[in-house]
Parts: sequence; structure tokens; C-alpha cells
Amino acid sequence: MEKRDFHIIADTGIHARPATLLVQTASKFDSDINLEYKGKSVNLKSIMGVMSLGVGQGADVTISAEGADEKDAIAAVADTMKKEGLAE
Amino acid sequence: MSKHLKGIAASDGIAVAPAYLLVEPDLSFDKKTISDPDAEVSRLQDALDKSTAELEVIRDKAKETLGADEAQVFEAHMMILADPDFIGAIKSKIKDDKVNAEAAMSAVSDQFIATFEAMTDNKYMQERAADVRDVTKRVLAHLLGVTLPNPALIDHEVVVVAHDLAPSDTAQLNKQYVKAFVTDIGGRTAHSAIMARSLEIPAIVGAESVTKDIKNGDTVIADGLTGDIVIDPSQDQISQYQDAAKKFAAQKAEWEKLKSQPSVTADGKQYTVAANIGTPKDMKAVVANGAEAVGLYRTEFLYMDSDEMPTEDDQFEAYKSVLQDMNGKPVVVRTMDIGGDKHLPYMPLPQEMNPFLGYRAIRISLDRQDIFRTQLRALIRASAFGKLRIMFPMVATLDEFRQAKKIFLEEKEKLVKAGTKVSDDIQTGIMIEIPAAAVLADQFAKEVDFFSIGTNDLIQYSMAADRGNEHVSYLYQPYNPSILRLVKHTIDSAHKEGKWAGMCGEAAGDPIMVPLLLGMGLDEYSMSATSVLKVRSLMKRLDTKDMKKLADKAINEMTSNADVAEMVKKATGQE
Repeated sequence: MEKRDFHIIADTGIHARPATLLVQTASKFDSDINLEYKGKSVNLKSIMGVMSLGVGQGADVTISAEGADEKDAIAAVADTMKKEGLAE
Repeated sequence: MSKHLKGIAASDGIAVAPAYLLVEPDLSFDKKTISDPDAEVSRLQDALDKSTAELEVIRDKAKETLGADEAQVFEAHMMILADPDFIGAIKSKIKDDKVNAEAAMSAVSDQFIATFEAMTDNKYMQERAADVRDVTKRVLAHLLGVTLPNPALIDHEVVVVAHDLAPSDTAQLNKQYVKAFVTDIGGRTAHSAIMARSLEIPAIVGAESVTKDIKNGDTVIADGLTGDIVIDPSQDQISQYQDAAKKFAAQKAEWEKLKSQPSVTADGKQYTVAANIGTPKDMKAVVANGAEAVGLYRTEFLYMDSDEMPTEDDQFEAYKSVLQDMNGKPVVVRTMDIGGDKHLPYMPLPQEMNPFLGYRAIRISLDRQDIFRTQLRALIRASAFGKLRIMFPMVATLDEFRQAKKIFLEEKEKLVKAGTKVSDDIQTGIMIEIPAAAVLADQFAKEVDFFSIGTNDLIQYSMAADRGNEHVSYLYQPYNPSILRLVKHTIDSAHKEGKWAGMCGEAAGDPIMVPLLLGMGLDEYSMSATSVLKVRSLMKRLDTKDMKKLADKAINEMTSNADVAEMVKKATGQE
């Protein structure tokens, strides 16, 4: 299992466009990928799941991946986070 | 046999085309226990596949005809249909609870909608809930074997027939093919009516039974000049209306000649005929119709069309572009008028019993000074690019105006100190829409630079009649002597202090109101851009001395809206 923590800096949090891009990125991989926030965990391939967490600015989240391509998956998610200015 | 209906003429012009019903089919269903869950899951899958395929077509069409922004909503819908958790939950429900796909689908989507709507502090959730609702409807329609209207797919000329048209409906319409709107409900100020006028297509609203009486594909004549609707017309009727349409086109061509001329009355008095806008995009019509000013820039669309509070720079760019487009002619910008029926998904407002009498417009601005100061700074910075007038909406007391003006001066001072280039000719004024301010206009006039009368709200508040409530719509009486007296007192008060007075409601472009307003000496008339030339042409044949007598008679001797309208029509030859 691969895990990484992110501190959300975008002032809108994980919403609309960035959420869509994160889900699209995650969906490219076979691994199970989860987003954990405030003790709740959702499937990062589910837009409705991600949105329902309501991750705001300043939130600390953990993303974990499990499967054959888990390393690549986490790297790609981290890349999207950075590109979209979501997290440092 | 042709059938005739009558509604409210809301936008000029005549159209003949087949009807397109923008009406949602019946999506009700019974919850059933099923015996073969696998078959039910594959029935669901089939509906999901069909919905996705349909959305792909709609998205591509929308991208092509409406632009990438409008197409984005369909992208979001497709993503929901591809959501493994959402679809997984529906399939589990079918298998575990042994219920039909319709029941499983609505139960799961209701759960998500409830979760999203409960997050009131979260700005996108209202919209996401609406997306889930829309997608669910589409899948349900496929499960039930009924067809949803897909306005984005219209590819031939049509008359759109609807119960009412919401902004989200009109956003999906391919304007190229829509020749007219006819609706069951609404008045001249309904969204559908305003939209039709900005598209320059005929509209008839409040025709009560159009969605029942008109079937998809029926030939329909829509006469936006008179409010007449003819269903299945005879060939004679069609040619008769085609003649009328030609005549109207000829008249429009005549008005066209007045485009670059000043607005002058028969006795040589000059006035300002201005246009109302909602976004910088509307400037095209303003320039095309030769308006002499922007009399009302409704800035709330900047806030409503955005997913978050618009930044100072975003606002600055919008204001600057409007001021530049006007090339030195005045632009009256109304500060944020949120509340009432206008909401922001990212700024939840308290639930109120009477939102129109509640927390809205300047009341929010003075309370949320962070938002107000950002807007004022953007405006003051933009002032260097044209002739800016700032107008505060919903002012009831002088103290409110003084507070707003003080904040304005503070922000201006800060910007000047920082070396920002600002105009030294920014006027500040108020909207006259609350009777208390109209009655006290003589005192206000000593401190403001101008008044602009907002007729819709002034009538609504004076008559104590909700303008959206059809049961009391008879109280929308712009010519009632009571309203005319408030208007006259406002104009007289402004003139006494050497200030100017305008009107920026629909009434300012109304052919019955214009003669009365001329008679009262109103300086500026601001209306839909498409009415500008019609009003300029009307002014040309009116003499202000006669109009003064007419207005005096209406105000001092008449007793009803209908009597005044009748008198003006007769006196000005508008039968």
C-alpha cells in the first residue's frame, strides 16, 4: 500500500474542476485509491464521494492506493494536486 | 380548425414555426418487488448506457452551438453516470432489497441529494444536487420509456412552448433556431420575457394553457406585438401574419435610421435614452441600438455566474470593458443586488419569511463590508476608463446612503493615496424603489448626485403585491396615479437641487409610460437595448408641452391605472 498526506491550500478546497480532474486521474489506474479526511474514507474514483466530503482550504487529507500500479497512481495524483494548485 | 389563445405580449415580433414543447414528461413510477434482480440490473445498465450515449451527443452539440462552458454541465452529468460508488449503490439496492430499478435509482440519488443539500456552508453543493437530480431524471425517463426534451438538440426553426423558462432552460437553447417563446405563466418582467427581448425574438407569456393546447410539431403563430397565439392556422392566417411580420420588419428598418441620432422631442427638447445590461456581453446590443448611456448595469450577474466571490481584478476588468465600450458616455453601475429572489450558491443567506422585504442589496453590502469594499475598489479603479456613476440599490433611509457614500470615499481616498489613477467625476446616487425613499426624495436630493427609479420594485412595494405572485398580478399598475405621484415627486425633488433623475425599470421603455415621463420632465430613460430605437422614434413625435398637460391630468384628476392608460393611448394615437 502507498500512502501520502496532503495539506490543501486552494482557497476553494477540493471542488468542481479540481475534483473532476482528481477523479479522472485516479480512474486511469487499476489500484483501489481512497481519499481520507476527518476519519472518513471515500473512493477517489467517485466524484460524488469526493464532493460529499466537502474538503475545504487548510484541510489535511491522506490518499492511499493499493494494487499493482499503486506507486504510479500516487505519483499521478500528487502531480494533479500540484498542477491544480490544490496542495503543496 | 385553428385555435386561438391570448397571452401577454412580452417581446416584439411575429413568428410562424412548428412548436417545440419544453415540458417534462410524467416520471412517476410504482415501487415494485422484483423476482429477478439480475434482469433488473441489466435493465438499469441498459438505461444508463442509453443516457450516457444521449449525453455524449448533447454535449458535442452543445459544445458546437453554445460553447464549451454550456457543454460542461453535460460533462458533469456523464461523470455522475460513470461514478462507481453511485451506480454500485443502486445495483446493490436492487439486489439486496429486491426493488425495481426506478425505486433503487431514486432512493440512492435522494440520499446523495440530501447529503449535498445539508452542506449549506459548501458553495458548490446546491449545484451538484441539481446535477444529480437532472441525471436521475434522464435515467428514469429511459427506464420508463418516455422522452425528455433535449433543447440543446433542436436543429430546425421552432416556437418554444413551456410552462415557464428558467435561466438553466434558456442556456441550453440553440438561439439560432428559436423563433419565439410562448409560456403558461410569467409577466413582462419574467426571465423568459427579458431573455426574448435580448435575443430580439417575439415572446408571449402568461398564456395559461399553451403547454396543454399545443402539441409538439403543431404549427404556431406567435404575435409578440399583440399577445395572440394561433395554433394550426389556415393558409390565409399564415399569409396575413407574414404580411404583419413584413410590416414590422419595415418599421424596424425605419427605427434603424435613428441609430446615431439624438433623442429629441417634436418641440426640440433632448433627453437621454439608455440601455440596461447584465454583463459586458450585452454591450453589443447597446452599441448596435445606439443607446446614449448605460442606465443600469446589474452587477449581480458577476456574482451569480461565478462559482465563488468574484475577485477585485475580475470585477475591474468587467467594469472597465463596459466603460470603454461606451466611449465616454455615462454608465450607471448598480452595486450588488443579491437577496430577494437572487441567491449565490457560495454565500448562503438566512431563510426568510419575506425575502423581498429582508436581507438584500445595500442591506447586505453595509453588513458585509468586505464584499462591498472589494466591489467599490474595482469600480473606482475602472472609473479612469470612462464616465462612471455608482448607484446603491434598495436604499430606504438617508443614513444608509451616507454610510455607503462614506465607505466609497474611504476606498477612493486609499486608492488615490496609493497612486491609482481615478476619475474625479464619479457620481453617486440611489435607486428609488422603496416608497420611503421616494416620499423623502426632497431630502435625499440634497446629498445624492442622481436618482434612478426602479419601477418594478417601487410598484411591488407601493402596492404591497409580490410581483411574482400571479394571484395579485392585477396590482402591477405602473400608470396608477399613486405611482405617478411618487415618480413626479422624485423627479421634481431632483430638479430642485440641480440633480438628474432617470428610470431604469421596464416602464421606462413602455410606450404609454414614456409620454407621461416626458410630461414630468424625466431626464434619462433606461430600458432593454432593443426598445431604444422604438422609444426614440416615439419621442420624435411628442411635444413636451402637451405631455405636461397629459401628465398633470393623470396625476391630479385620474383615479385608476386603466383610465390613465386609455387617456394616453388616445392622446398619442396609440390605439
